Amino acid sequence: MNHLPLIIKREYLTKVKNRSFIIMTFVSPLIMVALIAVVAYLSQLNNDKDRTISVLDETGILSDVFENTDHTKYIMLTADTNLETAKELVKSKEDFGLLYIEKSSDTSSIYSSVKFFSDESPSLSIMSSLEDKIEKKLGDEKLRRGGVDVKKIEASETNITIAQETFTGEKTSKIDSYLKLAFGGAAGYLLFMFIIIYGNMIMRSVIEEKTSRIIEVIISSVKPIQLMMGKIIGTSLAGITQFAIWTILGSILVFALTAIFGLSMAELQTPQQEIVNQAMQNPDMANEMQLAMQSFFNLPLANLVIAFMFFFIGGYLLYSSLYAAVGAAVDNETDTQQFMMPIIMPLILAVYVGIFTVIEDPHGTVSTVFSFIPFTSPVVMLMRIPFGVPIWQQVLSFGILAGTFVFTVWFAAKIYRVGILMYGKKPSYKELYKWIKY
Amino acid sequence: MNNLLVADSVSKNFGEFRALNDVSIAVPKGSIFGLLGPNGAGKTTLIRIINQITMPDTGDVFLDGEPLRPEHIQNIGYLPEERGLYKSMKVGEQALYLAQLKGLTKQEAKKRLKYWFEKLEIGDWWNKKIQELSKGQAQKIQFIVTVLHQPKLLIFDEPFSGFDPINANLIKDEILQLRDEGATVIFSTHRMESVEELCDHIALIHKSNKVLDGKLTDIKRQFKTNTFEVGLQTSAVENVTNAIKEKFEVLPATFRNLNDDVKLNVKLNERDNSNDLLSFLTSKAEVHHFVEVIPSANDIFIQTVKNN
Repeated sequence: MNHLPLIIKREYLTKVKNRSFIIMTFVSPLIMVALIAVVAYLSQLNNDKDRTISVLDETGILSDVFENTDHTKYIMLTADTNLETAKELVKSKEDFGLLYIEKSSDTSSIYSSVKFFSDESPSLSIMSSLEDKIEKKLGDEKLRRGGVDVKKIEASETNITIAQETFTGEKTSKIDSYLKLAFGGAAGYLLFMFIIIYGNMIMRSVIEEKTSRIIEVIISSVKPIQLMMGKIIGTSLAGITQFAIWTILGSILVFALTAIFGLSMAELQTPQQEIVNQAMQNPDMANEMQLAMQSFFNLPLANLVIAFMFFFIGGYLLYSSLYAAVGAAVDNETDTQQFMMPIIMPLILAVYVGIFTVIEDPHGTVSTVFSFIPFTSPVVMLMRIPFGVPIWQQVLSFGILAGTFVFTVWFAAKIYRVGILMYGKKPSYKELYKWIKY
Repeated sequence: MNNLLVADSVSKNFGEFRALNDVSIAVPKGSIFGLLGPNGAGKTTLIRIINQITMPDTGDVFLDGEPLRPEHIQNIGYLPEERGLYKSMKVGEQALYLAQLKGLTKQEAKKRLKYWFEKLEIGDWWNKKIQELSKGQAQKIQFIVTVLHQPKLLIFDEPFSGFDPINANLIKDEILQLRDEGATVIFSTHRMESVEELCDHIALIHKSNKVLDGKLTDIKRQFKTNTFEVGLQTSAVENVTNAIKEKFEVLPATFRNLNDDVKLNVKLNERDNSNDLLSFLTSKAEVHHFVEVIPSANDIFIQTVKNN
């Protein structure tokens, strides 16, 4: 008798109808968007603070480098002002600080005699902006004294973009690489999050059946493996539902917010977007934007989508069966810790390997090897695929993954079958090993 | 075929531990079969094997003459000792789900549930969650779910725990009625008074072995010691007592009675039967109380377990 659809339906409905699940589903996008908005607003607020910096330049060289900006005003003090007087003056006006450049006979030794006085220690960004200005000016000054025409040097500066093209004639670009990285990273990270969130949910639902003592009633009607698979599939469907709602709600909210509050997307920048923005600002790279669109269509999209489905399902099944086994082995959630480590470790390893090696060299030895090891392959392979992975590698990797998940499902079912009827004691690994042979 | 369920030389090991050692039982159709034994004797393992939750290492189990198959689950109703329900699920939804797992269609399950809910007067619980019910109330739901698919074989493991005396009685009557309607019941409990009350047959499992089985009356006959509880009224207590002691094996007895001067347990010897004893007693004193001591299930249980 096949009760699987019935079990899946129940698992799905109980998850979806659960109050905290509903709250999580509808409130977390709100919270996320609200958080982003608050952070954006706060950082804006921070920049809004106006500050005045007085500059006492005894050398007289640097008088023209400090230009007022929106939030920072520079006041040049006359070169013959006494340092102590200047300090007093700044303090009495409650200005932000005093930049002091001591008179020095030698231009090359000026750098060691620049000081900044203030009540509170200034932020890194302020200091580095001041340093940049002085460095640039002193550098130019040295060149000038050495008899070099600074104008000529500036004119000689060249901006180069290497046009990339594969042997088969497809144009690629840096944007292309960023896009690939974003796609692969998103896919791998999504899988990682999905496994952790819904794997835990499966584990908790197994523990719930144990603590409510309904398990023996159920198990006298259905096979444990059916119950386990029903749980895994039902919970995943609930997870997919939640993810879908998040995506839809999230985008609606972002659009709504931008429309209502006029928050421009530039203020909610991610590093990638920043790069894109810079590219847009630079007229030389404007055509790169067209390339970006082109790159998107150059991505192995069909391959990406199909591989994503296969590796996502494979990786998820592999891990969620382990979560189910852990849930069956213990009586309550606090006892799960010792069994969680071996599950979480390969997952985290996969994400790190993905981030650090795939960026560096998507087809290097490390990333290639890890994209075959079944516990890391779903994440690493998903990150690699946008860079173009031969089909035979994908098929082989998935084959290994499929073989392993058949094994882990079998293994988990064994643990599950025995574990769900064991109460009161926390088993050791040795005992788990014994259970497999029961 | 007079036996609904036959377990033939069933053994089960858990690692080094032998949970069942060559256990055979036969449960006659339409009987209430008491499966007894101290804690950890192997009862639950045997019950789980009958429910196909665990598989025996060796031995076979037959239901109605056929080797046990997965489809037989529909013919068995099992109320485990460790039982419960989904706490946050509604009573009606949950009962429907569990009934469907036992192979009933949704419509059929709904119809039967309505009948049972009315019978046990709990119709207004349908939309309550289990966590809103008391333990005894939840047990009622659990009982209904166990019997709803009208199984041929019902297995109850400590069915009365969690019930107050009134509800325990209600459930007992339901069990008897189900038996009268043709169901066969395996009944596992530590409460010997309910064994006494309900069981036709018993089997006693101790340390993974079956140490006793048969009809309860046969077993009692087998365990009786030909002892009679005697209450006499006489003015010469000592003389009478000594006279009986000369002829029979005697133990002091305690029972409630009005002004009996001599209270004794008298064991018959080889030569005499109960009539001989009675006429001997009437010749010595006035007999007010004369009852054969029948071993209780409790006595049999304790004696058997101690001797093994």
